[in-house]
Amino acid sequence: MAVLTHSRPGKAPPPAEQPPRRVGFSQRLGRWDVKLSPYLYISPFFLFFALVGAFPLLYTAYVSVHEWNLLGGQGEFVGLENFADVLAQPVFWKSVANTFSIFALSAIPQLALAVTIAALLDQNLRAATFWRMGVLVPYVVAPVAVSVIFGRLFADQYGLINAMLGVVGLDPVGWHSDRFASHLAIATMVNFRWTGYNALILLAAMQAVPRELYEAAVIDGAGRVRQFVSVTIPQIRATMVFVVITATIGGMQIFDEARMFDHLGMGGPSRNWMTTVLYLYDVAWGNQKNFGRAAAVAWLLFLLIVLIGLINFFLTTRIATGGGDRSTVSRKRTNAVIARARVDAQAARAAAGVNRSGTAPPGGAAAPPGAPPSAPHRTGQHDRGEHR
Amino acid sequence: MTSLPVTAQTAGAGAARAAARRRGSRASRAASRRPGWLTYGLLAVILAISAFPLYYTLLLGSSSQEEISQQAVPQWLPDLSVLNRFAEVVASSQINFVKALTNSVIISVTASLSVVLFSTLAGFAFAKLRFAWRRGLLVFVIATMAVPTQLGVIPLYILMTDLDWVGKLQAVIIPAMLCPFGVFWMTQYLSSALPFELIEAARVDGASMFRTFRSIALPTAAPAAAMLFLFWFVMQWTMFFWPSIVLSSQNPTLPLVVQSLQGHYFTDYSLVMAGIFLVTFPLLVIFAIVGKQLVAGIMTGAVKG
Repeated sequence: MAVLTHSRPGKAPPPAEQPPRRVGFSQRLGRWDVKLSPYLYISPFFLFFALVGAFPLLYTAYVSVHEWNLLGGQGEFVGLENFADVLAQPVFWKSVANTFSIFALSAIPQLALAVTIAALLDQNLRAATFWRMGVLVPYVVAPVAVSVIFGRLFADQYGLINAMLGVVGLDPVGWHSDRFASHLAIATMVNFRWTGYNALILLAAMQAVPRELYEAAVIDGAGRVRQFVSVTIPQIRATMVFVVITATIGGMQIFDEARMFDHLGMGGPSRNWMTTVLYLYDVAWGNQKNFGRAAAVAWLLFLLIVLIGLINFFLTTRIATGGGDRSTVSRKRTNAVIARARVDAQAARAAAGVNRSGTAPPGGAAAPPGAPPSAPHRTGQHDRGEHR
Repeated sequence: MTSLPVTAQTAGAGAARAAARRRGSRASRAASRRPGWLTYGLLAVILAISAFPLYYTLLLGSSSQEEISQQAVPQWLPDLSVLNRFAEVVASSQINFVKALTNSVIISVTASLSVVLFSTLAGFAFAKLRFAWRRGLLVFVIATMAVPTQLGVIPLYILMTDLDWVGKLQAVIIPAMLCPFGVFWMTQYLSSALPFELIEAARVDGASMFRTFRSIALPTAAPAAAMLFLFWFVMQWTMFFWPSIVLSSQNPTLPLVVQSLQGHYFTDYSLVMAGIFLVTFPLLVIFAIVGKQLVAGIMTGAVKG
């Protein structure tokens, strides 16, 4: 023990953090060790937060009330003039509208799809890891790369999407000239990258749902869809809230996809797909080089995000708790119900003298998850599958 | 009726539950039977859609400029000519591909390693140690998750200018060391995975706090730490907004290479696409190797709430 501890200072990890040094000191004063170390362990996070989180946010407020230029630096105090300037810009409002439009077009289908995919994956699949990994592939493609690839797929001429529309007999869509179409294209990129990721997070939550609840539902005669709506959704409520909030924060900050949608990167000829963060970038590092105004944009966007986040939070909790007491099912009671039902079913079967041999089709998910008596017949099938 | 209900009545709910479980969880098997072809069909379609864009880059990368400008899909199978395009991208003097690759590796590895270390330290403290304001501070950490760090870019840029870090890697690495989600993740994981008894045993044996952390908490945290590492690695590897502001094309990261490809060669889509595939390829390889663990890590489900 002593040998080990003596060697520790030499093996201190490279970042010049305090824990290793303090430990050597605290060995003689164990009490201080216990009292101090929690604070030492959490301090790196708070240090970094102070430096690159809190300070910038507050300093943004300071910059936003000053004349401030990329090249010239700090100018004089101007009060709320920057905010007034920004709010008077039609381009700012257009960017806000674009952001909302792209966000709505991406968040809603994305979450619906993610929940569906998660439900598909939340079954007793063969090669489950393969499917789960496959769903995650888009996540490793950088948004800039996604944007260039989809920019090509959505090209107005010779783009694959328009070519396919042509095959079906539809007119080509001006993905880069029509405002709504460009939003749809950008939302598609966002969805492509994030749907699988969200599906996996939701799947993780689904897997944590106690299986007894499904057993109870099956015994009550609930079908697949009913089980999903009445058991799965209320049970994964917390994760749903998490995913919605993350999607909101991400959706309000869309930049990469919009910037790379064409090679000029300024949101299109009439700023049709310029998002607010792209606008912020343009004000600060584009033509205007006006940090004061850009900081004002940042604060306005921050307020928007907080607002949307709060609305979202209340909406999701409201909707998710709409299912009432179902989410607070007592496990004890469920188990009691199951036990009783099993005994009853067994007794009923014994009375009928039924022991039909397994007639269920192989992997018969196409058949609705029927009444309890049909369930045992599938178990043989299932056992064989699991030994693979 | 059989004697089973009697057992249930006399021995209480726990015994009844155990008995019910022993008697064969038939209903549970019904709920977990194999899905049918429809599920696999739908998943296959989703998989095809997920993989197609990358495959498409290979297709365009192995086509000539003329073919691309005339057809949406010039050919259905990539050929070896894409290798020449790869060589062209790597050798191009305008986009510093090799430098970008090195930079991306350095940034992603250092940022992820430090995030894992700091998050595990903080997570250990929040999950297992008692100290004043513990709850309040943890709530604070979670609240910071909602603060979009992107919005502080202007002061951060001013700060980097003052430090004379613009164009240098540390300007990207230092802000990337903040990951509230990591702290939250590790707290969640360690509070369920690390038994108090183990810590107490170590303390009784005379281990200091840091030694307890190093020999008890750190090994326990390994699966969640691996997951966090990969998550943050991908985040940093694909990050574009901040590096595009603070770095230059002389000292780029891989996403910046995509930008300059698009800027310099936007008429030569074949080259642009080959470059994009090259940028994504390293992550694909890593993903193929450790994807299983990544998925398993997500499945350990820290976000159960």
